[in-house]
Amino acid sequence: MIGKGILKGMVETARNMVGSFHDPERMVTVEYPEQKIPAKESARNFPMLIFDGDDWESGLRCVSCQICEKECPPQCIYIEKDTEKKPDFLGKPQFKPKVFDIDISVCMSCQICVEVCPFESIRMNREFEYAGENRFSRLILHKEDLAKSNTYYHDIHPTEATETDGVREQKRQDHLAKERAKAEKAAQAKKAAAEKAAKEEQETASK
Amino acid sequence: MWFEDLLISLKQQIVMIAPEHFRPVFSAMLSTIPILSAFGGLFAVITLVERKMLGRIQNRYGPNRVGPGGIFQPIADGIKMLTKEDIIPFSANQFLHLIAPLLLLVTAMLGLAVIPFGHKLVAVEFEAGILFFFAIGGAAELAVFIAGWASRNKYALLGSLRAIAQMISYEIPLVLSSVAVLMAAGSLSLPEVVEAQAGGIQSWYIWTPWGFLGCILFLIATLAEVNRSPFDIPEAESELIAGHMTEYSGFKYAIFFLAEFVAMFAMCALTATLFLGGFHAPLPILDFIPGPFWLFAKLILLVLLFIWIRGTMPRLRADQLMEFAWKFMLPMSVMNLVTTGVWISLGGGVFAWVVGAVMNAGAYFGWSRLLSQSSRVKPRVYRYAEETKANV
Repeated sequence: MIGKGILKGMVETARNMVGSFHDPERMVTVEYPEQKIPAKESARNFPMLIFDGDDWESGLRCVSCQICEKECPPQCIYIEKDTEKKPDFLGKPQFKPKVFDIDISVCMSCQICVEVCPFESIRMNREFEYAGENRFSRLILHKEDLAKSNTYYHDIHPTEATETDGVREQKRQDHLAKERAKAEKAAQAKKAAAEKAAKEEQETASK
Repeated sequence: MWFEDLLISLKQQIVMIAPEHFRPVFSAMLSTIPILSAFGGLFAVITLVERKMLGRIQNRYGPNRVGPGGIFQPIADGIKMLTKEDIIPFSANQFLHLIAPLLLLVTAMLGLAVIPFGHKLVAVEFEAGILFFFAIGGAAELAVFIAGWASRNKYALLGSLRAIAQMISYEIPLVLSSVAVLMAAGSLSLPEVVEAQAGGIQSWYIWTPWGFLGCILFLIATLAEVNRSPFDIPEAESELIAGHMTEYSGFKYAIFFLAEFVAMFAMCALTATLFLGGFHAPLPILDFIPGPFWLFAKLILLVLLFIWIRGTMPRLRADQLMEFAWKFMLPMSVMNLVTTGVWISLGGGVFAWVVGAVMNAGAYFGWSRLLSQSSRVKPRVYRYAEETKANV
């Protein structure tokens, strides 16, 4: 019979229409600017630079090794080294970046910079609302826009941040052990030298 | 009655202000301006209601950004359409390109002239009002063709031809199903058709077997006539480029939609007039509420039904559309005429009702069975492959 399926469909849409008014389960729309879906832990968009402590300028982990700049497939990173060295978290003197720009209109969020960074400095942020009123307004992120504290990193990606902290702690331990070994070796050498000197002194004295 | 009388006397008073030579023109303006502004306003409201309702049918909210609950969306749409660039193709016929949407709008609005909005409340009282309505509706096809032709674009031209083929095909069942009403009312004049349905809901023509079938056929043909879903293959925004509107932009494009909506309102008003008692109240007690209110209530209910149908049905393919018009609608509307003739010769009453119902229902079930048998999907036979296999 022609028309039976049509009536069935009409009943279905009518049920949808009426149901949408009293059944909140049906309305799955999240009205974006006012309501937001909580971001997942694995959410990532554009890179950021992690800093330790409170002062972003001195705590910046980046030592401008420029590996990310060279590896970046769309070449959206621009780095200029500082002229003088400053101590990093291990106390080693390093060049901090004078300029660190990321052009997010070019960035393709591939995360290669994160993978190659040997200093656990560049990591992915989940911020995505970068739209500006013209194309030159906010699309190049400078050092100060990119710098994000380690606590913020812990907030957005806890697992990854803890892992990174472990790596850094290991580095510090290794460094300390190395320092200690070096110091011991130096002390031993000093001792040996002192003994040698003493011996020599004795020998000269006995002569 | 009192409301209509009040309006008419008010109009007569106002006409007296004008100098004597201008009185006919002034009177005509006073009749047309309220109708045009009412339907223009209704267009704005219905566009929003349509989007809201379609959204609800699909479990969405629909537009809710502009103003509280999105009520200023039509204004925003209008501003957007006005500020868009109006492109006229270089090789298009400039004059025809401009005139086509206007002609379509004028034909849609002229149809409203013969609709009785209340007792004696009709802009132009024709003896053959319905004939005028359909004749003017036929001019819409001309406007569509002009739009396609003047664009000088082969897609626009093909689209307009497709639209015209559809509109002409569905005009036949449209007119034939309304002829049943004219036979019963014995007049071509719409106010008289309405008067024949006076006296409450039970005297509306939709409760007769021929009226019921006629109303359904009329509504289906109306859907096709004004390019509404599921017959919106002329525009088919998700499949084809916009048919005869391909080369239109800005406010001319909006005028096409305005014309489409006004034509839909006019058709719905005609449906209400022919089958749903026009401006009469469903119960005689409610007669103190003015007639225009009832007509608009019925019209809006029909429009809501159209929106509901749009939210439900998928679009028909062009060949299915033609098949439906010629193989189903046309025989059914002719059968409906026969039933009407039998009804009238039996003089109405219960016996006539039963005979009419049996005739129409029998025709419907029998014919739909026959049709579905003839078009039943058969297992695919790969004739050439089978033959080659047999020969080898």
